[in-house]
Amino acid sequence: MDASVSVSGAIAAFRRDRWREMALAGLLVAAAATIPLFVHDVYTMNVLILTLLYAALSQSWNILSGYCGQISLGHALYFGLGAYTTSILYVHFGVLPWFGLAIGGALAALVALALGAMCFRLAGHYFTIATIVIAEIGLTLIHNWDYAGAAMGIQWPFGPDSWASLQFARDKTPYFHFVLGLFAVTWLVTWVIEESRWGYWWRAVKDNAPAAESLGVTIFSSKMMAAAISAFFTAVGGGFYAAFLSYIDPDSVMSFRLSLLMALPAVIGGIGTLWGPVIGAAVLIPITELTRSFIGGTGAGTDLIVYGGLIMVIALARPEGLLSLLPSRSRESRT
Amino acid sequence: MGLIYALIAVGLSLIFGLMDVVNFAHGEFLMVAMYAMFGLVVVTGFDPILLTPVVAAAMFMFGAFAYVGVVRFAMRAQSNKGMVQIFATFGLAVLLQGVAQTLFSPDFRNLPGAWLTGKTLDLHGIFLPWPQLYGCLVSILAFLGLWLLMTRTDFGKALEATREDRGAVALVGIDANKVFMLGWGLGAALTGLAGAVLAVFYYIHPQVGASFALIAYVTVALGGFGSVFGALAAGIIVGLVEAATTLILPPSLKSIGIYALYLVVVLVRPSGLFGKA
Repeated sequence: MDASVSVSGAIAAFRRDRWREMALAGLLVAAAATIPLFVHDVYTMNVLILTLLYAALSQSWNILSGYCGQISLGHALYFGLGAYTTSILYVHFGVLPWFGLAIGGALAALVALALGAMCFRLAGHYFTIATIVIAEIGLTLIHNWDYAGAAMGIQWPFGPDSWASLQFARDKTPYFHFVLGLFAVTWLVTWVIEESRWGYWWRAVKDNAPAAESLGVTIFSSKMMAAAISAFFTAVGGGFYAAFLSYIDPDSVMSFRLSLLMALPAVIGGIGTLWGPVIGAAVLIPITELTRSFIGGTGAGTDLIVYGGLIMVIALARPEGLLSLLPSRSRESRT
Repeated sequence: MGLIYALIAVGLSLIFGLMDVVNFAHGEFLMVAMYAMFGLVVVTGFDPILLTPVVAAAMFMFGAFAYVGVVRFAMRAQSNKGMVQIFATFGLAVLLQGVAQTLFSPDFRNLPGAWLTGKTLDLHGIFLPWPQLYGCLVSILAFLGLWLLMTRTDFGKALEATREDRGAVALVGIDANKVFMLGWGLGAALTGLAGAVLAVFYYIHPQVGASFALIAYVTVALGGFGSVFGALAAGIIVGLVEAATTLILPPSLKSIGIYALYLVVVLVRPSGLFGKA
């Protein structure tokens, strides 16, 4: 009797907390949307845009690797696919980036399904190394693909500022709002999934796959679903990045290092949590950019020492991520 | 090249397979060894052949130190151990790259005037470069030594036992921490040998590790985790496949053969060629 009361009480508290998180996120996004009113400095704007982009990317990575437990270190493949699809369609065919983003995302999701069909039989390190290897194959192919500019990459043509072609040469504010929107969507998707059937299935697959299967969870389709969603948003992020920089080359959009950088905010912030990637990106990206611009640039490598040391210390001191520093009842009740 | 890949991979395999710790700084260990060789040659003026054991010994200390200073804490993590190891060692890797850049600048460097450089062995019209042959020789000796160490000494048995059951090992009075420290030292020393040999005929720069590290991960997984001699066999196979790929495809595509091989093998045998399920 008592137990059932406390369980239903806990469920009610959980529901309340979830809506509170929603309200908090809404407030944060609304507040963030006004930032360009106060900040006009282009450099600061760039840092903010990158922070939000990495928060969105890391949130996407988190869906497959955090919630579903399939550690992928090959997400640069999807990022690169998005960036290249958008660029090629725009530069060679004049297709507006908006369609490019959607097509790139869909393409990445299809590729993720095809690769998942192959690789989801592998476990642990074998899976992770397979993801790295596949992304490297993609990188090598792009490097040798003349139509896509090979190692030189693709330069977007200069044009007037417009929302249609997502080109803004002078004012970075539209990019900021676009990436804020992208981030809000990935957050919302994660929020919805968390309490959906898929969300529970994924966590079950992560924690104990055989037990989950015995209770009727179809492991394979759970993983496939997570991979497709995760790849889609990663590719949209890649397409945005291409439009933002107006220039891409293979190493800047498909390298192994990028796969690590996408995973890093989620790991630093708190893997498999709603807020982890956000906090991780908010801490990490500004520090990366600041160390690079203030003590880097001389080629001396001091920025790398600071950055590497910092990652090491956070990873060692806070294995559950920075999020675990905040006392939160809702987080504990969910784990 | 195959035997040198094997040597790099065996060093990683000891750490990766036997201790189940992912070392993302492995390539940087190699880089440190190459710079150590470079520095020693410049300062002392001795030939790289004489300095090879010195570099290996220094790397043994370096590996043991990396374990005590960093990895020991990563292994203690209560939750999501794998990611903590990956990113703690990734942080270490970035840090080492930074240090190398600070000390040596990002320039590409060559070893100055080694005795073997540019010499070739003429086998009835087949020319084999001596530096590579020297690498093979060192690799074979290292494997022989490792094999003796793993099968004939108490330390080898302790390492194997610690891998299988840390708790039980503690009961019979083996200090797991100490065994792991020595294991890291050994893994790094083997990498040190590989680096010392590579330094004779390969460019040295702060990012040199990355290209070899990826191949090392693939090699270890190809051989199967926990199998040191699987890594040896896989290393040789990887070397041959790379050479064969360059015959068919342009050199810029040479690594594709290795990657494709890995995918095919793990799809057929999900735990590598010689892995324990």
